[in-house]
Amino acid sequence: MPPTTFTIIDDGRPVQVQATIEADHVRLSPESVKIALGWNVEPEGLCRDGLCVPIPPGPTLLDGGAIDLRALASVVDRPLAVDAAERAAYLGVSAGDRARALTSLRAPDFTLPDLDGRPHSLSEHRGKKILLVAYASW
Amino acid sequence: MWQAVYEELKDRGFVVITVAIDRSPDDARPWIEAATPAHPSLIDTEHAFVDLYNIVNVPTILWIDESGRIVRPNDVAFGTDTFKHITGLEAAKHLAALRAWVKGDAPALSSEKARALQSKPTPADQQARAEFGLGWWLHKQGRVEAAERHFVRGGELAPHDFTIRRGTMPIRGIDPMGPKFREMLQAWVSTGNRYYQPLPE
Repeated sequence: MPPTTFTIIDDGRPVQVQATIEADHVRLSPESVKIALGWNVEPEGLCRDGLCVPIPPGPTLLDGGAIDLRALASVVDRPLAVDAAERAAYLGVSAGDRARALTSLRAPDFTLPDLDGRPHSLSEHRGKKILLVAYASW
Repeated sequence: MWQAVYEELKDRGFVVITVAIDRSPDDARPWIEAATPAHPSLIDTEHAFVDLYNIVNVPTILWIDESGRIVRPNDVAFGTDTFKHITGLEAAKHLAALRAWVKGDAPALSSEKARALQSKPTPADQQARAEFGLGWWLHKQGRVEAAERHFVRGGELAPHDFTIRRGTMPIRGIDPMGPKFREMLQAWVSTGNRYYQPLPE
């Protein structure tokens, strides 16, 4: 199978990689993974921003020089939704990361637009008591 | 809906921030324009805030203190009694507690209590959010049928997550107040679940 363009939405940010797809298996070149996701295969393991995750032994992650996308997500502990037919996948944030942040009780900062598209951040209101309300039209 | 309490308490170092969990600013626009809020009124089309705070339904409220600490984790409260006949929840109780906290008459929850009352996402919940993220991206690309698969899968993985199950209905051309929703709600409550899950007293 020749490589094809594949989109990975990395926590909301779409990046394009070259991938080979066979049935449900998506394999990426290490070069592609480095450019798009910042993970580099090094002797210590899979490294990003000076932090390395050991690669488990066996052929799952590195398959004939290519990186298996599902194995990659599993090694870096990220939920992954894949649509091989649509050539797209979404890499989310793990339950562990979210739970740790919430347990710290430090309110996670965010920046969102208002109706006019003007961005607002939670952190702009530090020093005030805040009532945060999620609602919807549905 | 929250404008009145904001006006009442804004001079006491208090602000309200509302976040509409909607597919577009235009879905939220009639609500925001009717309320004419003077406080920040934001829109989370991508479920970024939803994911950060483990929001699974609306309305969800949180209290955050001056130092940026969560002092009341995800809870259910309404600003008015407009929907009391449906929800069985009275606005007054939460408003009284909120006033007391803002005025310094009563403390919020201790860190220990706040942690004990927090709901944290499971791996299935985060997998569901990834399915939603993929579905929403595909939908915006015009790949509507593929998107549907992922919205449905997300709902199966996290059946309590109504930001996915009900929140995607307008995207999928389903009336979120109509028979499909009532059917979903009936199936949910008939198996012993609650649609609104406020914190225990």
